[in-house]
Amino acid sequence: MNKPDAVYFFGTCLIDLLYPHVGLSAMRLLAREGIRVRYPQGQTCCGQPAYNSGYRDQARNVAAAQLTAFPADIPVVVPSASCAGMLRVHYPRLFAGTDDETRARALAGRVCEFTEFLMRTLGFRPVDLGPPLEVVLHNSCSARCELGVADAALELLDRLVNVRTLEPDHAYECCGFGGTFAVKEPALSAAMAADKTAAIAATGVPLLVGQDCGCLMNLENTFRCRGNGPQVKHIAELVWERTGGN
Amino acid sequence: METELQARITAALGNRRMRANIRRALDRSVAKRLAAFPDRDELEDLRDQGQAIRTHALAHLPELLDELERNCSANGIRVHWAETCEQANRKVLDILRRHEAQMLIKGKSMVSEELGLNAFLEARGIEVVETDLGELIVQLAGERPFHILAPAIHKDRRQVAELFKARFPELPYSEDAEELTASARRILREKFRGAVAGLTGVNFAIAETGTLALVENEGNGRMCTTVPEVHIAVTGIEKVIARLDQLPTLLTLLTRSATGQPITTYVNLIGSPRRSGELDGPREVHLVLLDNGRSRIFADPELRATLHCIRCGACLNHCPVYVRLGGHAYGTVYPGPLGSILEPQLQGLDRAGALADASSLCGACSEVCPVRIPVPRLLNRLRAERVSAGAGSQVRGRGSRRDSRQAAIWRLWAWVHTNPGRYRLVSGLLSRTGSLVPRLVTPWTRSRRAPRLAPKGLHRLAREAGFGDD
Repeated sequence: MNKPDAVYFFGTCLIDLLYPHVGLSAMRLLAREGIRVRYPQGQTCCGQPAYNSGYRDQARNVAAAQLTAFPADIPVVVPSASCAGMLRVHYPRLFAGTDDETRARALAGRVCEFTEFLMRTLGFRPVDLGPPLEVVLHNSCSARCELGVADAALELLDRLVNVRTLEPDHAYECCGFGGTFAVKEPALSAAMAADKTAAIAATGVPLLVGQDCGCLMNLENTFRCRGNGPQVKHIAELVWERTGGN
Repeated sequence: METELQARITAALGNRRMRANIRRALDRSVAKRLAAFPDRDELEDLRDQGQAIRTHALAHLPELLDELERNCSANGIRVHWAETCEQANRKVLDILRRHEAQMLIKGKSMVSEELGLNAFLEARGIEVVETDLGELIVQLAGERPFHILAPAIHKDRRQVAELFKARFPELPYSEDAEELTASARRILREKFRGAVAGLTGVNFAIAETGTLALVENEGNGRMCTTVPEVHIAVTGIEKVIARLDQLPTLLTLLTRSATGQPITTYVNLIGSPRRSGELDGPREVHLVLLDNGRSRIFADPELRATLHCIRCGACLNHCPVYVRLGGHAYGTVYPGPLGSILEPQLQGLDRAGALADASSLCGACSEVCPVRIPVPRLLNRLRAERVSAGAGSQVRGRGSRRDSRQAAIWRLWAWVHTNPGRYRLVSGLLSRTGSLVPRLVTPWTRSRRAPRLAPKGLHRLAREAGFGDD
C-alpha cells in the first residue's frame, strides 16, 4: 500500500470511553505525518462483545452500523489489534450470505492495525527525543495469532533509539482479558492476569506498553490492585510523547 | 454443569503444587516443540500439508472407511463398527470372552477412556492393566488421564513414589525415577507374559493399505500388539487417512508437535495378524471403529474441522487455561482446547457447553496446531449454538444456554450501539457517572480496580481537536 492522503480512524469503544487520550495521540501522530485523519462520529463499537458471546444477530446489527460509518475507499486505522481483527477477519464471516457481504469484505480489506499501518504502510521513522527508558511490550494475542502483526509494534519500539525492550517470562502468553471472558470466568482470568503482572513486575521496568487497551486495562487495574508495578501506556501515547507531541 | 465447572476451576486454581508441576512439565514441552521446528518455513509448509491431508480424509470419510474395511479385511484384520460406546465395549467383551481372557493388557488409548472401557470390563470380572507408565500411574491412583499424551504429568516424583508404596508395599521405597520405572517394568513384564489379549489405540488408519499406525516411546505398545494371541485396536472413525505416503508428514508433525521428537522410539505399522510361517505376532487382530457422535460432527461443514485433530496435545501444552487448570478440572475425557471443542459436541452443549466459555480465545492453540484447526472460531461457533433460538444446525443441546435475561441485555446493547446518537447519549451519561454498569464490574474488581471512565470521550475530543469526517 502506498502512503494514502487520508485515512479513517476507528477509535474503538474502549478508547472512546476509557482512554480517549490514546486515540487522540494516535490521530495527532498520523496527522503530523501529513495524513488527513477522518473520525466519523457515526462509529460506535465493532460488535465483538456480542459476537464472542454467541449473539451473532446483535453483533451483525452493530457491525452494519460501522459499515455505514466508514464508506469511502480509504484505509481504516484501528489502535487495537483485537478490534482490527474483528473488522478484518470476522466481518466477512459474520456477513457471509447477507446483502452486506460485499460491503463487509470491502471494509475488511481496508482495515489496518495502528502499528502495522505506521511501520508497513508509512515506513515510519520516529526521532526519539526522550531519555533512556526500559519498557516491556505486551503484544496482544490478536496481534500475534489473529493478524500476525506483532512484529510491527516491536519494530516501532526498536526505532525509538533510547528505548530498550525487555522480555518478561512467558511473554507469549495471554494476559487473561479476553473481553467477556474476564467477566464470565473471573477467577481464571484473574489467575492469568496475576501471573502476567508478576512476570512484568519482575523485569523491574518502569513502563508497560501495548497495542490493545483491553489487555492494558486488565493489566493496569491488576497492578493498581496489587499496589505496585509499572506505569501502563498504549504504544501510540508513548511514541507521541517521545517524538515531541504533547 | 456450570456451577460444577466453576467449583472445579476454583479448586484447581488453589492447588499450588499441581499448578507448579504442570507449569514445569508444559514449559519443557513448549521448549522441545520449539527446538524441533527450527525452520519456520518448513513448519508452515508441513502444517499446510497436514491440514490438506486431514481435510481431504474427512471430506472423503465414508469412502475411505469403506476402503479401510475392505483392505483390512483382505489383510485378515477383523473390522467392527460401533455406533455407541456401549456397542464398542460389548464388541471388546465378546472378543475377550471368546478367548476366555481373564485379563486385558492395554497400551495408551484415549478412545478407550471415552468408552469407559476399564470400568465396563472390571464390572464384568476382567482385570485391566494399563502398561503405559503414565497410564499405570493414573490407574493406580484411580484417576483419569490428566493430559492426552502424558497422563500423569500432574504428579511429581514424590507423589508417584508414595503411590507405588501404597499399591506395592512389597517394593522398597524409592523416589528415583529410574528405580520406579524399573519396578513398573518388572510388574508389567509378568502381566505381559500371561496376557491373552492386548488393546491399543490407533494414531492413523491407512485406507489404501489397510494398515494401522501406532507410535509410542515405551515399547509397551509393541508388546501389547505382538505378545498376546489377540490384539484389539480401538479408534474413532476420523483417524482414517487415504494413503500410506501421507503417513510420514503426519508422523513428523505429530511427534515434533507432541514431544519434540523427530520420531518416536517405536513406530508400529500393523498390517495383519501372524501369517503362516511367521514365528510371532497375534493370531487375531481386531479393529473397533467408534462413531459416538462423530458422524453428527462430520455432517457440519464448519465443525467438521474438530475431527481433523491428530491428538498431538500441542494445544494443551500451549493453552493458558489448561496450564492453570490441568486436565481434571474440565470434567471430561479430553481436556484442553481440543476437549473444549470436542466434548461439547460429543456430550451435547447442555452437558459440556460451558467449556466453550472457559477460553479467552487467545488462539495459542490454533497457532501451534499441526493441522491448523481454527479452535477459537469453533469455540465461537459453539457459543453461538448454545444461545441460539429456533431451528438450524444439528449440534446437540443447541439453544440450551438461551436465557431471556441475557438475550435482553444483548438486545439492549445492540439497540444502543446501532445508533450513533443513542450511543453518544449513553456513553455521555456513563462518563458522568464515572463507572460502568455495576453488574459488569463486580467479578472484575475481586482482583482488579474498576476502570475509570474518562470525563470526555473520544467522539468529543476528536471533534474539539478538529478531526471531522471529511
